[in-house]
Amino acid sequence: MLNYIWSGLIVISLIFAAMLGNTSELSTALLNSGASSIELLLKMAGIMCLWSGIMKIAEESGFTAVIAKLFSPLLRPLFPHLQKDSPAFRSITMNISANILGLGNAATPFGLKAMEQMHTLNNKNDTASNEMVIFVVMNTASLQLLPTTVATLRQSYGSTAPFEIIVPVWISSACALTVALTIACIFNTKR
Amino acid sequence: MEFVMPVFAGFVVLFGLFRRVPVFDIFLKGAKEGIMLLYNIAPTIMGLVFAVDLLRSSGAVNVICDFVSPAADFLGFPKEIVPMVLLRPVSGSGSTALLTSLYQDCGPDSFAGQVASVLAGSSETTFYAVAMYFGSIKVKKIRHTLVAALLADFTAAVMSIITVRFL
Repeated sequence: MLNYIWSGLIVISLIFAAMLGNTSELSTALLNSGASSIELLLKMAGIMCLWSGIMKIAEESGFTAVIAKLFSPLLRPLFPHLQKDSPAFRSITMNISANILGLGNAATPFGLKAMEQMHTLNNKNDTASNEMVIFVVMNTASLQLLPTTVATLRQSYGSTAPFEIIVPVWISSACALTVALTIACIFNTKR
Repeated sequence: MEFVMPVFAGFVVLFGLFRRVPVFDIFLKGAKEGIMLLYNIAPTIMGLVFAVDLLRSSGAVNVICDFVSPAADFLGFPKEIVPMVLLRPVSGSGSTALLTSLYQDCGPDSFAGQVASVLAGSSETTFYAVAMYFGSIKVKKIRHTLVAALLADFTAAVMSIITVRFL
């Protein structure tokens, strides 16, 4: 998909630059974009390494597992057909807690395992089960507690209050999640 | 809210000490993973920053913004974030590139800058997550997953404007 989007962006740029007479701006941008992408990467690099170091401690000290235990009663009603101590439900809680802590790297393996375990309980081989839909939809809504990358980028582009967005982010994520789950549940019951 | 991150980091380190794990060794391991992650996404970021820079300098973004601005104004939508709303579910690196270009043009504390920040923090790369999770078990009929996920993205876009305006 990105193959088409990426080449589309470039072709559109060429056409518009030719039509609007912005060709010199276009070549300046072409020459500068390498440097500006490296600059962006450097701006993200520090916090990414620092934060993944801190979050590795959370993962290996069992902090994530504690969070998973706290969240499991909240997640129970969403997966009524999974047993409370089934491996699938445990993988789901670990995945969701890792996502909340911003541990994208740690969350994905749990998520893939959860899908696999839900798949063994699914009697239709090529069709998603209700649980799968709920789980994937939860993963597509951002559950992250601390938007570290966004805050860092804000800071490095001269924001006076890089963290001002945290509460709006929480409210906005919560609403998006509610909508996603409501729709998923409505269609799930219709099956 | 500035204290949230330091307090959280301190709490995690203390928790690790309490559990008697080698906190600094683990930190180094995690930081190394951070570098590897950066190394892996670097080419993607470069490619997409390139495309977004071209798009910006060609004037195409302005044309698109002018084109959608009547509808955007009507809905109270800052027109500058329209490209980001469209790219967000498809590409994480692409929307990061758009986010930083918006910071350069409008500033991170402008209305559009704040809305874009909230949007970036409260939505995910929907298509990628759906493709990865269902692809891993070769399930093709995903039923209403995409509808629910995309409506959630739309909700996040609307809510990011509402929350920035009223908070």
